[in-house]
Amino acid sequence: MLRAEQLAVRRGSCTVLADIDLTLQPGEVFGVLGPNGAGKSTLLGALSGELLPAHGRVLLDGRDLAAWPGRERACRLAVLPQSSTLGFAFRVEQVVAMGRLPHASGQQHDGEIVAEALAAADASHLAGRSYLALSGGERQRVHLARILAQLWPGAAGQVLLLDEPTSMLDPLHQHSILQVVEALAARGVAVLVILHDLNLAARYCDRLLLLQRGRVHALGSPEQVLQCAPLRAVFGLEVLVQRHPERGHPLIIAR
Amino acid sequence: MTSTPASGRALIPALLLLLALAFWLALALGPLSLPLGDSLRALLRLAGLPLEGGDLAQAELIIGQIRLPRALLALVVGAVLALCGVAMQGLFRNPLADPGLVGVSSGAALGAALAIVGGALLGGPPAWLVPWLLSACAFAGGLGVTALVYRLGRRDGQTSVATMLLAGIALSALAGAGIGLFSYLADDATLRTLTFWNLGSLNGASYARLWPLLLVGCGVALWLPRRATALNALLLGESEARHLGFEVERLKRELVLCTALGVGAAVAAAGMIGFVGLVVPHLVRLLTGPDHRRLLPAAALAGASLLLLADLAARLLLAPAELPIGTLTALLGAPFFLYLLLRERF
Repeated sequence: MLRAEQLAVRRGSCTVLADIDLTLQPGEVFGVLGPNGAGKSTLLGALSGELLPAHGRVLLDGRDLAAWPGRERACRLAVLPQSSTLGFAFRVEQVVAMGRLPHASGQQHDGEIVAEALAAADASHLAGRSYLALSGGERQRVHLARILAQLWPGAAGQVLLLDEPTSMLDPLHQHSILQVVEALAARGVAVLVILHDLNLAARYCDRLLLLQRGRVHALGSPEQVLQCAPLRAVFGLEVLVQRHPERGHPLIIAR
Repeated sequence: MTSTPASGRALIPALLLLLALAFWLALALGPLSLPLGDSLRALLRLAGLPLEGGDLAQAELIIGQIRLPRALLALVVGAVLALCGVAMQGLFRNPLADPGLVGVSSGAALGAALAIVGGALLGGPPAWLVPWLLSACAFAGGLGVTALVYRLGRRDGQTSVATMLLAGIALSALAGAGIGLFSYLADDATLRTLTFWNLGSLNGASYARLWPLLLVGCGVALWLPRRATALNALLLGESEARHLGFEVERLKRELVLCTALGVGAAVAAAGMIGFVGLVVPHLVRLLTGPDHRRLLPAAALAGASLLLLADLAARLLLAPAELPIGTLTALLGAPFFLYLLLRERF
């Protein structure tokens, strides 16, 4: 369980995130929405321990994030960054196997997990290829497989933070990847995911946070957050909100 | 860039064989070439094996006094430079990085220039002290400049690799100005020493020069492979490595210290030998892939072999005169660097 209390982050003299209180519950998919520059990635950075809070604190299992030994923390908390700068010709399965570095689970066991994680990210066919030869979307799936391998098979007490995991994916993979994330949450992992697509958020998230200029504008169920008024206030976008004819979750249509 | 497991397994033995061969040739060939069998027997006798044969006295003298320390020096310098090249390329997450980038080479050169010219201006230290003074100053200069670059690159407890790189360039230029000043102050004889030393040379190798380097070299060679998986993770990115549980700040500090020690000691012993730290890791990576668990030992072996062969060429090409080995490695390395740059662009 990951908890932020009165979290504030400063960059230089500018406060980019303030008064954030949130708790990620085991088994839930928690979506973060907001326009560019609203502080979504800053929030993820602070929750992952990458950025030091100017005020407040982040607790993993009731213990300050900075107080966790690196390895133990890595077994509990995995982070998928927006983009990666890997510029060396590792083979795909070598990249995914790095997700197993914090564990000492043996080469054979790790090999099986790597194969399963690759399959889950629909990237099995990429095994054996050089990472540098892949397209942006394929690279994103390989990194997702690496993160899955890090938490595999997924259990309560683990936390997964994803920064726009679907930004480079085709429509099919946007859904299949979020379904994998959903399945991981079903095994007890608490997931926080930054998304730009409101309909993906409505379909896959249990709770949503709408950020505006570094502050919470709305926090609640998709039905509560995805309404005309907050979306107009935050994105400046006029929308129609309807019900998905089959699934019943909100469906957002730009006017 | 993938390699089959079979060729991967064969690579280390193949490199060991190459190294043994290069070492053997370095002992046998020179202005006075010795038969290969004789040089091997002389080496074994030097190692304390009671072999018969009274005609080996000359071979033993040449090898024991001149060629063995020189070959060992080439071997250790090559291995250390290659290992530090791998460490720097891992630290900067850039296959074009070179130990010279963090300023350690130019810092060491500045220290040496200070020792050579300053010593001469002060009337000349006692002869036995000269190599020690030179080594110590080069070593201290390298470490000092690297520490400064590291401090400049550090802000709010984080190290910015880009700032370090730029600071390294700036301080290298500053060190270059200092060397220029010392060259201006130097008389003709010291200027010649200075020039030869700046070009890099294994000439004048002795056991006294070898021991400090050997000590540092063993340290680097034992320590770096222990950080192989951390280096792999670092290639993903600093925050990615942190999220995989590695203490990135400590790792970076250790890598900088390791390079400063290794390159500083190598430059102190043999002068500025460029491009080994760039070319060797690159070539080896083509064979092993970027995994540091295999890259590090393979690069050490390849670097040692390359420098032994380069020194052999430097001794033989214009015999009895000698080419500075730094010229030779730069002659091979600079076009290779350009090739890498152009290949990236197109």
